Amino acid sequence: MNLLASFRTALRALGRNKLRSFLATIGIVIAVAAVVATVALGQGARAKVAQQMASLGSNLLMVVPGSISTHGAATGAGATQNLNLDDGRAIERELARVVAAVAPVNRTGAQVVAGDQNWFTQVIGTTSSYLAVRQWPLSSGEPFGREEEAAGAKVCLLGQTVAEKLFGPQPPVGEQIRVKHVPCKVVGVLAPKGQGSWGQDQDDVILMPWSTLVRRIQGTQSDVVGMLMVSAQATGLVADAQREATALLRQRHHLADTADDDFQIRNLTEMQNAASEQTATVTLLLGSVALISLLVGAIGIANVMLVSVTERTREIGIRMAVGARGRDVLFQFLTEAAVLALVGGLLGLGLGAAVAKVMAVKAQWPTLLSPQVMAGTVLLAGLAGVAAGFYPALRASRLDPIEALRYE
Amino acid sequence: MTPSAAQPVVRAERIEKHYRMGDVSVAALRGVSLDLWPGEFVAVMGASGSGKSTFMNVVGCLDRPSAGRYLLDGEEVSRLSRDALAGARGRSIGFIFQGFNLLPRTSAVENVELPMLYQGVPGRERRARATEALRRVGLGDRLDHSPAQLSGGQQQRVAVARALVNRPKLLLADEPTGNLDSATSLEVMRIFQDLNDEGLTVLLVTHEPEIADHARRVVTFKDGLVLSDRPVAQRRLAAAAAEAAS
Repeated sequence: MNLLASFRTALRALGRNKLRSFLATIGIVIAVAAVVATVALGQGARAKVAQQMASLGSNLLMVVPGSISTHGAATGAGATQNLNLDDGRAIERELARVVAAVAPVNRTGAQVVAGDQNWFTQVIGTTSSYLAVRQWPLSSGEPFGREEEAAGAKVCLLGQTVAEKLFGPQPPVGEQIRVKHVPCKVVGVLAPKGQGSWGQDQDDVILMPWSTLVRRIQGTQSDVVGMLMVSAQATGLVADAQREATALLRQRHHLADTADDDFQIRNLTEMQNAASEQTATVTLLLGSVALISLLVGAIGIANVMLVSVTERTREIGIRMAVGARGRDVLFQFLTEAAVLALVGGLLGLGLGAAVAKVMAVKAQWPTLLSPQVMAGTVLLAGLAGVAAGFYPALRASRLDPIEALRYE
Repeated sequence: MTPSAAQPVVRAERIEKHYRMGDVSVAALRGVSLDLWPGEFVAVMGASGSGKSTFMNVVGCLDRPSAGRYLLDGEEVSRLSRDALAGARGRSIGFIFQGFNLLPRTSAVENVELPMLYQGVPGRERRARATEALRRVGLGDRLDHSPAQLSGGQQQRVAVARALVNRPKLLLADEPTGNLDSATSLEVMRIFQDLNDEGLTVLLVTHEPEIADHARRVVTFKDGLVLSDRPVAQRRLAAAAAEAAS
């Protein structure tokens, strides 16, 4: 008996008892739907984390001033003022093998005014390396260069949100704005970056040379920086860069071997791994629940197949009398179980994809439907069906034809 | 009557069959020897418990004898495995049962296709041969009817078509008229006689003497042994009886 013929026979046998076939397969439908939906959620979450990390910058290390304890009382991170411009220059100069770029970052909140429009935003004082570190292109204009940085030139780059608030649809490049009391020329507009990892608007920002912010707007002569953003040469060099930067800064800060670091280096890859691990754990948990429901679904199929074999004892007898071998009968019932499970798997696939879609649209949860997972799940359901159908099919194939023909 | 042919279709040599019922062994057949030559039409008679059904199961390759040899068309089949026996059954034997034993909710033509399914006949040839077989039993216009839509006589004719579709060496009929009225019984016996006239070997199990008289030879069983084996003296011809009735 060939595959096509037994497939058609199976479909016809199942079609004769539609309601029962449907009820038998509903466990599989739910199980597959659950697997598809949870994996879609898990992968979507992971992809979103990865995308957010990428939007912060590639191979990024963030160096922030650390806590120090004075007479046993520890201060929080960033409370000290022991990280300065020279630290950044030293890292850039001495660790060129592993470090691609270093950008100092100081921030302040400021009221900005253009014509009759005004807006409160965050002003970042930095160098043009910041654009490279954060992989942030301009949508128009030109970045400021080393000369402007050295001179503390009154120029700035607008984030997309600030540009819209101040200028609406007009092109801002070449216009004058006022940041606090300092007039600044807009030389460029940043490309939109969207929401950051914590939901903040990354485009609500103004960039200007570090010296312009610190000297002119804040009016200090200090070289202290709020943070150094460091990008490694390659993903594989992030750990090296972190280690070497730590050693360099300890040496520059004259720390004794026993002393704690007076700075912190945050590694985005580590944060990303932690986030991925978390979603992986949740996915694993939900996935195992889904696999258990697949098991329950398979038991449902086994049960219905057993009833079906008993009910169709006479049919089996007839088939054997006209020449069906044990393996023909075995194959027939295995095919029926597999078809049940596969149809259930496909229905479940549709349901699961729909649920994932609804969650993505209604609840704004990121979902990702991967073809491999979907195909694998349906295949798994089919295998579960075959496994579930095996015992009933074996019983059918071992029936004595004489007894089976006599069965009422 | 014994046509001169090289080998018998059925050669049973001292066949025994014992069943275990708890601790007791019951002998259903106690050494039956019987030859069926090509073209014969033999009726097997006997009371219930005489062993005729057991004999028919052995001849039909549904069961294996406990002792003795059984050659089907020259091939020793009494020691074959279950699956090999199923193969021999499918190739060489056509069954007709008392209860028709058609698959319910399955069209006539698909019922007739069934034996070919297990012989690996390709789909298009299956359909063509099944259609032809149904035409030969006068059901060419009922191909897509399910058993429930057919009369008893029509159902039995579908069963005949199914039995013949693999061109068997032996047609084995177990009480084929048991569920039929006398007119329909006559109709079925006429089909058997026509087939036998065309050279098909027929073995018929019945408990009705009038039905047995349609055969050419009657073998009577009693207590697991052959009691008598004689040619039919006055053979009934179903065709003549049908004409007389009309």
